[in-house]
Amino acid sequence: MDFNLKIWRQKNAHEKGEFVTYKVSGIEEDASFLEMLDILNEDLVRRGEDPIAVDKGCQSYGPVSFDHDCREGICGACSLYIDGRAHGPDDQVTTCQLFMRHFKDGATITVEPWRSAAFPVIKDLVVDRSAFDKILQAGGFISVRTGSAQDANNLLIPHDQAEKSMDAAACVGCGACVATCKNGSAMLFVAARVSSLALLPQGRPEAANRARAMVAKMDELGFGNCTNTRACEMECPKGISVEHIARLNREFLAAKFSE
Amino acid sequence: MADKLISKIPDGPLAEKWTKRKSEIRLVSPNNKRKLEVIVVGTGLGGASAAATLGELGYNVKVFCISDSPRRAHSIAAQGGINAAKNYQNDNDSVYRLFYDTIKGGDYRAREANVYRLAEVSAAIIDQCVAQGIPFAREYGGYLANRSFGGVQVSRTFYARGQTGQQLLLGAYAALNRQIAAGTVASYPRHEMLDLVVINGEAKGIIARNLVTGKLERFGAHAVVIATGGYGRTYFLSTNAMNSNGSAAWQCYKKGAYFANPCFAQIHPTCIPVHGTQQCKLTLMSESLRNDGRVWVPKKDEDVQQLRKGLKKPSQIPEEDRDYYLERRYPAFGNLVPRDVASRAAYVACKEGKGVNETGLAVFLDFKDAIQRLGHKKVEERYGNLFQMYEKITASSPWEEPMMIYPAIHYTMGGIWVDYDLQTTVPGLYAIGEANFSDHGGNRLGASALMQGLADGYFILPVTIGDYLSHKFDEPKTDTSAPEFDAAEKAVQERIDKLFAVKGTEPVDAIHKRLGQIMWDHVGMARNAEKLKEGIKMIQELREEFWKTVKVTGSQYEFNQELEKALRLVDFFDIGELMAKDALNRNESCGGHFREESQTPEGEAKRDDENYMYVAAWEYKGEGKEPELHKEPLVYENIHVATRNYKD
Repeated sequence: MDFNLKIWRQKNAHEKGEFVTYKVSGIEEDASFLEMLDILNEDLVRRGEDPIAVDKGCQSYGPVSFDHDCREGICGACSLYIDGRAHGPDDQVTTCQLFMRHFKDGATITVEPWRSAAFPVIKDLVVDRSAFDKILQAGGFISVRTGSAQDANNLLIPHDQAEKSMDAAACVGCGACVATCKNGSAMLFVAARVSSLALLPQGRPEAANRARAMVAKMDELGFGNCTNTRACEMECPKGISVEHIARLNREFLAAKFSE
Repeated sequence: MADKLISKIPDGPLAEKWTKRKSEIRLVSPNNKRKLEVIVVGTGLGGASAAATLGELGYNVKVFCISDSPRRAHSIAAQGGINAAKNYQNDNDSVYRLFYDTIKGGDYRAREANVYRLAEVSAAIIDQCVAQGIPFAREYGGYLANRSFGGVQVSRTFYARGQTGQQLLLGAYAALNRQIAAGTVASYPRHEMLDLVVINGEAKGIIARNLVTGKLERFGAHAVVIATGGYGRTYFLSTNAMNSNGSAAWQCYKKGAYFANPCFAQIHPTCIPVHGTQQCKLTLMSESLRNDGRVWVPKKDEDVQQLRKGLKKPSQIPEEDRDYYLERRYPAFGNLVPRDVASRAAYVACKEGKGVNETGLAVFLDFKDAIQRLGHKKVEERYGNLFQMYEKITASSPWEEPMMIYPAIHYTMGGIWVDYDLQTTVPGLYAIGEANFSDHGGNRLGASALMQGLADGYFILPVTIGDYLSHKFDEPKTDTSAPEFDAAEKAVQERIDKLFAVKGTEPVDAIHKRLGQIMWDHVGMARNAEKLKEGIKMIQELREEFWKTVKVTGSQYEFNQELEKALRLVDFFDIGELMAKDALNRNESCGGHFREESQTPEGEAKRDDENYMYVAAWEYKGEGKEPELHKEPLVYENIHVATRNYKD
């Protein structure tokens, strides 16, 4: 398969970026999207920009930088806005699990980094998502010291409740929800953590504080507000439901009332 | 220098050794802990749990990872579960049985005392993780659920769907976040350790490259903990993450830490087969699938041919024409034999011409019977996300047709040599988790990597490191302007400059792929002296070629993934060579290391306890010089050493 890849290129956080279109050919339909970028990069290393770029005389950027690691959809490192969708056209997958069989041969594919004020670009398609770490540091944990826990089976958790908690805990922290939201809100990310812990008895003692602290940190870091468009849910690679946002809102309100 | 290999195993009965050791370890008072700095490199299960626990104890911790967040570490991808001797299933499990299974599974090449301690602390890990809010699978009564894994006859594996590693890592990461917020831990994401700094024979710091700015930075401490995982990516194609690498461990080796049993690499039997030439990563299908999936190949050659050409579907092959070869060869354990046994059996089936897929390099893993027996809903609950993942990758549904699987490099049992305290041969340098060699011998049992990472990080290292640090509290902070730091930074700078200076034509990955092919062909599932010698020569030649032809684009002072990869590949050459040398030295078959010269008439692995019942610990002797082999004899006082038998 052959493609034209219209890719966002940006040398660093300070310089302006631009789209450059490259040609790739001979891609197997079982190749993943990132494997295709690997092939483009090998080509860019070998031949340099000129023979591959469609726009002749473009700047020389070298291989395309993009975050990636496990390549099995679980580490949350890969991102990419592909043809206007976070993680591309397939549903409930991260970009590393997106395969070229989902594209038409000869298509032009637009590839951008996550666009959000809270995720500044580091280079090309790589963004800084450390704001997510900071939100979790504000309260996304249960305060238990190593070694002070009771026997695990002393705490009974109904099967369905554990499953619901697990649904929320499946969040990989990729940031697709933020990139997709027109307000750049991190509500689904925050809700997934708050809800996962709030559903469990061991998460209850700190539930109110957790919701309050994490939401406050989210606001402070420049994420937008949630206006219930549900776009985040549509694009979440792990299918995390907005019902967790409702649970976050309940916890947050309860925290307000308890003040 | 053999006297460096002092394992420091406490005297006394096996079950009392850990308690005894703990009682001997000197304590550090809280006001002194604050003055003591510890560097932890890596934020997987071992690193994150160690850093969090050390911070909680009051030490001053710096934690480093190469990814953008500690949560991305490759422990996140572990699927199936974590073992613990809880005996919640009342199936007569015990600490002793977990210990015994692990020693036996490792083919009698792990240290008794370390493994017993691992089994001993396993139960506390589950307690800790539940308290952290990890949503383990539950029964309808609210109690914790278990499943079985390979090489055992009890059900002791705790799990959170097929995402156990993710959930455990998020728990350790949350504990770490709590300490970062409390100010006891400073986190340095997107930093890569490129050298260890040793002053007066003791580990005192690291040189790291800031992966965003490209600058080399110096960090000093009173002790350094390496938790950087394994070196499976030497093979290029593996189930490891793309950025997983052996470089931090390798720098420690070059600074005096012995490297143990490098040839012990685990080849996991259930991975999605290679699909073409453009692949860079193999995907694991959890071992838990072998609880309910049945492995088979066709009996008839004509079926094999038609399947390969796509003229027949596997579901069309009648029961009597299928060879469920694991059930046939190993009736007592069936599909749940250990990984090394299952991998080799798949290798043999394919070598005998029964392999399926276009390539002939795959076998079936079939859920037809499980779906009939358990129903769609139950199977979905157990393996739903794995089935979905398989379908996304292969465009074939395991609900309709069996999965196709093939073995792939997955884990390295070998690693930095450590004593009972997890200290390396360099005082003040510790290694935990997959980065050390200590617990899995020649083959790791499924669901034991998570157990070891968390055992080391939560419960063992934070205690044992106190023994060393208790002697250091009056030592001032390490001065990073010391000449040893100058020298280490200069050496790293020269390595980087040398790479840019080659100005060749070949991309790093293209050369790495060739190294991987050499490793797979010569240091793979079936090894022999001739192939190993040839492999060593080929690695050396390819290394020479690399230094003439590699092209590293861009510059040092920017975000530069090509440079990162090149630096790692430089070390993969050396690691690969040492793996081959170790494999050549060990002329026996044991665990994942199969030497064709050493097998039974039935083709099973044949150990040579008389000559090889030792840990092979290699000492670096300088660039271009032969490493020196030291031997730590393995003594089994509590277990009767026998041929592994999974047949009856």
